[in-house]
Amino acid sequence: MHPIRKKRLTIVLFLLVGLAIAVGLTTYALRQNINLFYDPTQISAGEAPVDVRIRAGGMVEEGSVLRDPDSLMVEFKVTDFNASVPVQYTGILPDLFAEGQGVVAMGRLDENGRFVADQVLAKHDENYMPPEVADALEKASKGQHKASGSAETVSY
Amino acid sequence: MAFDSFSAFMVMEGHGPYVWSCYAAFFLLMIGLMVWSLRRRKAAIEACRRGYEFQAGRNDQQAASASAASFNRVKVSQD
Amino acid sequence: MWQFFHKLGSPKWFFGISARLMPWLLAGGILLLMAGIVWGLAFAPKDYLQGNSYRIIFIHVPTAFLAQSVYVMMAVAAVVTLVWRMKLADVFVKSVAPVGLVLTFLSLFTGAVWGKPTWGTWWVWDARLTSMLILLFLYGGVIALDRAINDEKSAARAVSVLVLVGVVNIPIIQYSVEWWNTLHQPSTFKLTEKPSMPAEMWVPLLLSVLGLYLLFGWLACLRMQTEILLREQRTRWVKDYVLAGRG
Repeated sequence: MHPIRKKRLTIVLFLLVGLAIAVGLTTYALRQNINLFYDPTQISAGEAPVDVRIRAGGMVEEGSVLRDPDSLMVEFKVTDFNASVPVQYTGILPDLFAEGQGVVAMGRLDENGRFVADQVLAKHDENYMPPEVADALEKASKGQHKASGSAETVSY
Repeated sequence: MAFDSFSAFMVMEGHGPYVWSCYAAFFLLMIGLMVWSLRRRKAAIEACRRGYEFQAGRNDQQAASASAASFNRVKVSQD
Repeated sequence: MWQFFHKLGSPKWFFGISARLMPWLLAGGILLLMAGIVWGLAFAPKDYLQGNSYRIIFIHVPTAFLAQSVYVMMAVAAVVTLVWRMKLADVFVKSVAPVGLVLTFLSLFTGAVWGKPTWGTWWVWDARLTSMLILLFLYGGVIALDRAINDEKSAARAVSVLVLVGVVNIPIIQYSVEWWNTLHQPSTFKLTEKPSMPAEMWVPLLLSVLGLYLLFGWLACLRMQTEILLREQRTRWVKDYVLAGRG
């Protein structure tokens, strides 16, 4: 290669590497701000500030949803299977909200560690499947549960 | 076919407006981009052609006056 | 190899080869794109969770994917411009930037419309959405900078540097969903794993991605030809081409 071109190429490469390091360090330093939400483990460890508008995200714990019969108030627990945080919300929930589904709630953490939300967003994963397949999978997993349950009773 | 009828296809169980507005925007912008690019090319060719014709006209004029001048100069230089 | 490289730099050679390629790119692109979209819209099964709103994926993913890969191609061309001073590379960057802008806008728009029924919001400032918005501004910046500088050579260099500076945004877009907590879900297609959807969903998606790729190729050839005609109008071959086209 021509020496001048070689020199230009090295300059370009240095520019790119330098830039990548700078941006890498900046995003690393700002990682908590770039994270859209705190997960339940962080909240229960006290990493999230109290009475500041933040977001909390995780799975809606199975069997934790309590709907107030007279109003739109809902209470549920958000979990990451490590820790869980109680959430209180008044308003209309997105269509995709269900037990076992991901959510991101916006609101404030009160003194008692309860999260009072004013907005709840549904978060879904990258798995897409036809309804029949989903049904079949669910049946299969329930069948397995039953099978393992019965196996246990037999062994007892 | 995932839908029973054409109207079911349009409504998409209530999600119709979202789905169709996305596809409308997509086709509108993509076709617009294609038409615009084609027209730009045509306009560029037209502009080039006009430039050449203009230049050709000027060259003819210059050639006429230049030949006359050189004819004179030839005479002068020989003196 | 080097001979090919130099040939590639010749606008006349490119003009000839692109003219032969373009009909195939256009026909293949429209065919694949329409096949993917019709299959995805009418024949693919609905999603168990999102129902029919997920059908937006068949244009959301192709536009988002193309928006990023066009930028990567522009970055490669920018390196070629800066190091080898190849004219054609600069022509490429200048010609495809508006296409990239439209694709990025479309991916943001379709994403917002998809977000409303699924997440419950049009927009959220998470890392994926924000970095994609930055990509939109980068495309806009490239176009504006190119227009702002009159001298062709200094414009080419300034634009190339801007494109290269912006390329750090691409891995951020790509990995944002894995590095940070975002509302946006991780990628459906990954290089190393099987797609996280059944074949009757990912095959049409793949078709429309390929179709849009070919269509982009056609658009790029067309716009590059326009740019070359304007830049090289004083050369013999452009004159011959233009005057022959009239007859």
